[in-house]
Amino acid sequence: MSLAEMTDDGIDRSKMKVSQSEVAIDILGMDKWYSDFHVLRDINLRVMRGERIVIAGPSGSGKSTLIRCINRLEEHQKGKIVVDGIELTNDLKRIDEVRREVGMVFQHFNLFPHLTILQNLTLAPIWVRGIPKAEAEATAMHYLERVKIPEQAGKFPGQLSGGQQQRVAIARSLCMSPKIMLFDEPTSALDPEMVKEVLEVMISLAETGMTMICVTHEMGFARQVANRVIFMDQGQIIEQNEPEEFFSHPQHERTKLFLSQILH
Amino acid sequence: MTDLLYVRDSEAPKLPPPQRTTGITYWLRTNLFSSVSNTILTIVTALFLLWLLPLVYNFLIGRAVFTGTMDDCRAETFGACWVFVGARLNIMFYGFYPATEAWRPNTVFLIGLALVIPLLMPRAPYKIANFIAFFVVYPVIAVVLLMGGVLGLEAVPTDKWGGLMLTLILSVVGVIGSFPIGIVLALGRRSKLPIIKTLSILTIELWRAVPLITVLFMASVMLPLFVPNGVTIDKVLRAMVGITIFYGAYMAETIRGGLQALPRGQYEAASALGLNYWKSTLFIILPQALRYVIPGIVGNFISLVKDTSLVAVIALFDLINAINLAGSDAEWASPTKAFTGYAFAILIFFVLCFSLSRYAKYMEDRLNTGHKR
Repeated sequence: MSLAEMTDDGIDRSKMKVSQSEVAIDILGMDKWYSDFHVLRDINLRVMRGERIVIAGPSGSGKSTLIRCINRLEEHQKGKIVVDGIELTNDLKRIDEVRREVGMVFQHFNLFPHLTILQNLTLAPIWVRGIPKAEAEATAMHYLERVKIPEQAGKFPGQLSGGQQQRVAIARSLCMSPKIMLFDEPTSALDPEMVKEVLEVMISLAETGMTMICVTHEMGFARQVANRVIFMDQGQIIEQNEPEEFFSHPQHERTKLFLSQILH
Repeated sequence: MTDLLYVRDSEAPKLPPPQRTTGITYWLRTNLFSSVSNTILTIVTALFLLWLLPLVYNFLIGRAVFTGTMDDCRAETFGACWVFVGARLNIMFYGFYPATEAWRPNTVFLIGLALVIPLLMPRAPYKIANFIAFFVVYPVIAVVLLMGGVLGLEAVPTDKWGGLMLTLILSVVGVIGSFPIGIVLALGRRSKLPIIKTLSILTIELWRAVPLITVLFMASVMLPLFVPNGVTIDKVLRAMVGITIFYGAYMAETIRGGLQALPRGQYEAASALGLNYWKSTLFIILPQALRYVIPGIVGNFISLVKDTSLVAVIALFDLINAINLAGSDAEWASPTKAFTGYAFAILIFFVLCFSLSRYAKYMEDRLNTGHKR
């Protein structure tokens, strides 16, 4: 993709503003082990409100584990993680508070197969936020329209294509009106033809000014949307930069090698 | 390179399959006569059935004695003696329950049926009212009507209960009681809290390590030794508790299988949405886990229904024991009396267990939303 295309790609950047003062996520000297295996090493990352961060790196580098620590699907053993002003400890109430404000989209969608699409979207708003059913359904339909599949509301996840399921999964997270969205390789399990429809939804979400952290191999998305790219290897943050610099002038040898292998 | 170029210029027609894949001939050919060995098997099976079915027919219907007296039965050496069943139906259905009061168990049975059928029909309305009526109001009505002693009803102690009535009571209580116990124990066994986990494992393993007969003996013989003098715990109640907890332990392991089969992503997605443990268990985990193990759960239910006949060892007269009792007097002696009684028991157990199994199949198909395209 050339520079000219990038500046005129039809993306509305007017609301993509990175706050200078408001911290969304603060990770300080964080370490994590899987028994003896040191999976995350000395992670320091401050995410400001409105940032759109793409985390890249080879498989097994700890990218997914890192973002799963942010909503405590994984527990860290050392250091500190503060999300939206709440420090993550063993306090279950606080963990639930954080999870209410942080949406997550998984590689394998993880929709609830026994519930209809509409029920998938309204379950958490009704039972976690206590929103009346009618209101929750109206919100759900609003987001289904935004991801362009309102006609699928009555179906079950198993009846939808992968791309549609992933868009439902994004809508499901948005129904909780989260302040932060985490994406864990959202397009990796999709057929090539469906990657685009999911990326379009993610781009339109970025256009609203949402704080996003995306683990993805979609470098085009990183260039268009991210304000920061982080490269990880062997559990460490190796390099971070703004996308243009990151792709054109990688500094670390490991980054150069990685980019040379994925960008042809 | 042009040799390799190919561009489709017209769409290939969509045709029906070449051979007929429907129809009786096709079915016979593929299922019964597809190979030499299959053909031989089919013929052997057909010959076996040709020998067996007339025997069964003659025993049950052809040469059976439907009317008359026991003397007619004694003259018949092969056919079933339905006269015996007809004459002793009261004992087989109600045990020692006073014959004049038989309307009470009948009423309880009919009310139960009227409440259970709509409860089991997914489309029937008023589910919540129905649920409360069956699980809260109905047990009270059932106990009052069956035991009596209030509202001017003659008191009928449980040692008079028996026959099909007792079998049904033990089965229904066992099925309804063991299911929640199983769920609680299964969740407990997967708990992160060490005390709850250990207690659940101990309960499950202890109850599963003991034969049901032993449990019933313990409940009947040992338990009274541990309670203070003068306190008696009803024997039927003891059997109920024994069967229920025993099968609860089995149910727990079946349900745990379902909990473990559920992909981790489902737990994670529920957590990530902020659902706490109880809410995610109730709305996400259990509905799916239980669905996975419907065959196993129903297997346990069927096994439970049949195992209620083991209460005979503590001198309770369930259907089978009542049938034995019904024919124990010399006046009922006839060559086929015993076989007729057991044939009757088989029919009843078959209807009970087979309908359970069919209903489970129906629910399984109905709930199968995940893979339907």
